[in-house]
Amino acid sequence: MAQGSDQAGANRPRLSLHVPEPRFRPGDDADFSHLEIPEAGAQTRPDEACGAGETWPLCTDLIRVLGDDNQAHGAWDPRLNPDQLREMLRDMALVRAFDARMYRAQRQGKTSFYLKCTGEEATSIAATHAVDFEDMIFPSYRQQGCLIARDYPLVEMVNQIYSNRADKLKGRQLPILYSAKSVNFFSISGNLATQLPQATGFAMASAIKHDSKIAIGWVGEGSTAEGDFHSALTFAAVYNAPVIINVVNNQWAISSFSGFAGAERTTFAARAIGYGIAGLRVDGNDALAVYAAQRWAADRARSNKGPTLIEFFTYRAEGHSTSDDPSAYRSADEAQEWPLGGPISRLRDHLVAIGEWSLEQHEEMDREVAEEVRAATKEAEKNGILGHGLHHPFHTMFEDVFEDLPWHLEEQSKQAIRERQIKWPDDK
Amino acid sequence: MTQDDPISLADAPATSMSMIEAINDALDVMLTRDPDVILLGEDIGYFGGVFRCTAGLQEKHGKTRVFDTPISECGIIGVAVGMGAYGLRPVPEIQFADYIYPGLDQLVSEAARLRYRSAAELIAPMTVRSPFGGGIFGGQTHSQSPESFFTHVSGLKTVVPSTPHDAKGLLIAAIEDNDPVIFFEPKRIYNGPFDGYYDRPAKSWKDHPDAAVPEGYYSIPLGSARTVREGNALTILAYGTMVHVAEGVCREKGVDAEILDLRTLVPLDIEAVEKSVEKTGKCLVVHEATRTSGFGAELSALVTERCFYHLEAPVERVTGFDTPYPHSLEWAYFPGPVRIGEAIDRLLEAS
Ligand SMILES: Cc1ncc(C[n+]2csc(CCOP(=O)(O)OP(=O)(O)O)c2C)c(N)n1
Repeated sequence: MAQGSDQAGANRPRLSLHVPEPRFRPGDDADFSHLEIPEAGAQTRPDEACGAGETWPLCTDLIRVLGDDNQAHGAWDPRLNPDQLREMLRDMALVRAFDARMYRAQRQGKTSFYLKCTGEEATSIAATHAVDFEDMIFPSYRQQGCLIARDYPLVEMVNQIYSNRADKLKGRQLPILYSAKSVNFFSISGNLATQLPQATGFAMASAIKHDSKIAIGWVGEGSTAEGDFHSALTFAAVYNAPVIINVVNNQWAISSFSGFAGAERTTFAARAIGYGIAGLRVDGNDALAVYAAQRWAADRARSNKGPTLIEFFTYRAEGHSTSDDPSAYRSADEAQEWPLGGPISRLRDHLVAIGEWSLEQHEEMDREVAEEVRAATKEAEKNGILGHGLHHPFHTMFEDVFEDLPWHLEEQSKQAIRERQIKWPDDK
Repeated sequence: MTQDDPISLADAPATSMSMIEAINDALDVMLTRDPDVILLGEDIGYFGGVFRCTAGLQEKHGKTRVFDTPISECGIIGVAVGMGAYGLRPVPEIQFADYIYPGLDQLVSEAARLRYRSAAELIAPMTVRSPFGGGIFGGQTHSQSPESFFTHVSGLKTVVPSTPHDAKGLLIAAIEDNDPVIFFEPKRIYNGPFDGYYDRPAKSWKDHPDAAVPEGYYSIPLGSARTVREGNALTILAYGTMVHVAEGVCREKGVDAEILDLRTLVPLDIEAVEKSVEKTGKCLVVHEATRTSGFGAELSALVTERCFYHLEAPVERVTGFDTPYPHSLEWAYFPGPVRIGEAIDRLLEAS
């Protein structure tokens, strides 16, 4: 039968293809009243050693601790002391200040690219506070908060962003694709989701060696569509690997809303259950809920009870990166209307409500972190900014392709150096 | 790792082994020497691999050193990158080279780049073993030779042994290497050398001089070619199965060719290539993979660039055709004695 012939099945219904469409486009009023936001504290907290299937209700619910009354509620309250809360608050403020300054630096031509995590600070900061320093983080590109939570020097981050002569990565990587083994932070790839099987493999290795470290993989919700995400979950389940997979559902993947990764059908946390993995869906703008969920998963992994998939439900408050203009594809009020508030203001208001913080102290802290960032930037600028000549020597381009330099790279290295001498004969 | 003195190969007691046994032996030696070596792959554990290369190793070394994996090449290579970052030395097996493509991104963008992008603070030492090549009626999905996908990638080494002796020594060197190595095992010669005459009785490795495999630990440095036979009439550059086919043709035709078994494609033993071509003035490149953009193109370009004034004839390439590997017409596809013989004749006639 010829293709397209309508003889057979002429009385069957015609098929139609569904192409997801976000609720709001530029010019629309954003209204998130369709989102079910459960009461803070209403979610049950199963034992960390529970069967994966017992977490099913938590895969469609939303774990929340901080209520509208700015108090911590329910079984998931991690009961952190005020010092710990203030530390997390400061780290979040520092990330925001760092993002603001680096964004401006890109606009000033000091580097080629930058990418903020505004609105998502609680995910990386609170989660990193909830695990051990030895635990290995396999980040995506929006987890600068993990570095800051581990006190990685800001000046090293700026050196990397400027690709200058002090950049530990020798100017090879796109800005923000850090690598920081000293703080157990894996090298960031540009290829989405590849870090997840790697995190799982690291966790498997740790288990093979009867070590106590766990691994934490991070990924955006858009990237969960990659095969690597599914390979990682399969391996994690099969070997009961001590790994946590954190999905940051910030609703947008550049211009594509979460529906293109399947969010119209189910939650991202719900993916866990099909693999036999524990799943948790968490208010990602609630630092206490983020902390508690990450801690639950870390304790579970550390006691050989296996992996956890966590969805942090949050919102990407700004553009994807310095190369993006979100006003071209989404409603400008979305960030404003986001019903889960901002992660920093919520933790601030909680600390104020429990009498452990004041707005004056908060303003003072904001000034301090801005100054800290400014000082680091100035320090890094002594080592150069992108394109101003203070880069690593040419021959370093050929190093680290292999452990040793093979003949063909040695020949190419000589060529590069010769070209340099031809272009800049007076420069030694 | 224990630091045994490397034994002198000439004095070491040797056993005649097939390539499968030699590979198994190399893996056994490395599992014993280095507690960080682990093997993973589809069907490699309890069963010992579809070609039996890992037979008995799980039983001997335990289930967390040698284990089966889900059927997910992306996952196999991806977890191996993470294991390497932890400090292990994983040896993943991809059941057939034809099935390496789902793992390609993890090899090309991850394993191959990790050292570079982290400025050497993280590395992905791994040896990806995979049976490759045709000649076993495997059809288009069990016959491919995808080496040039990997030689094209900066940061990967590519190795192809052609004898049991070399398979063991090269595999040990690959596992000890701190860079990711693609180790392609020519499956047509797993059980015996093959001269290209598929209609003659199959030979086994028994009694073949290159099947004498020394006991214990030894390694053959990556990047060193082997002179299979010396000669003056022309140079033949080959690797894997085609080394034996080329050798058979030269023997049959009585051609005084110098045959180089490259053994490692990246890094290439360029000195050996130059030396031989400068001596003979003629060069034939032979591989089983498809022709266009095959590794033969690279070899031909290198020889032309570097030995042009020694050449007495254009460099010739004998390769598989630019088609998928056809099942029933396998031997029409295979670059066998006729195709090689013709090219040799052309080169010998040219002056
Ligand atoms: C394999 C791959 N495909 C495409 C891209 C281009 N790309 C970069 S970021 C991005 C969106 C990712 O969105 P998401 O995973 O939701 O993370 P988010 O940016 O929201 O943090 C895309 C498509 C890439 N880097 N890698």
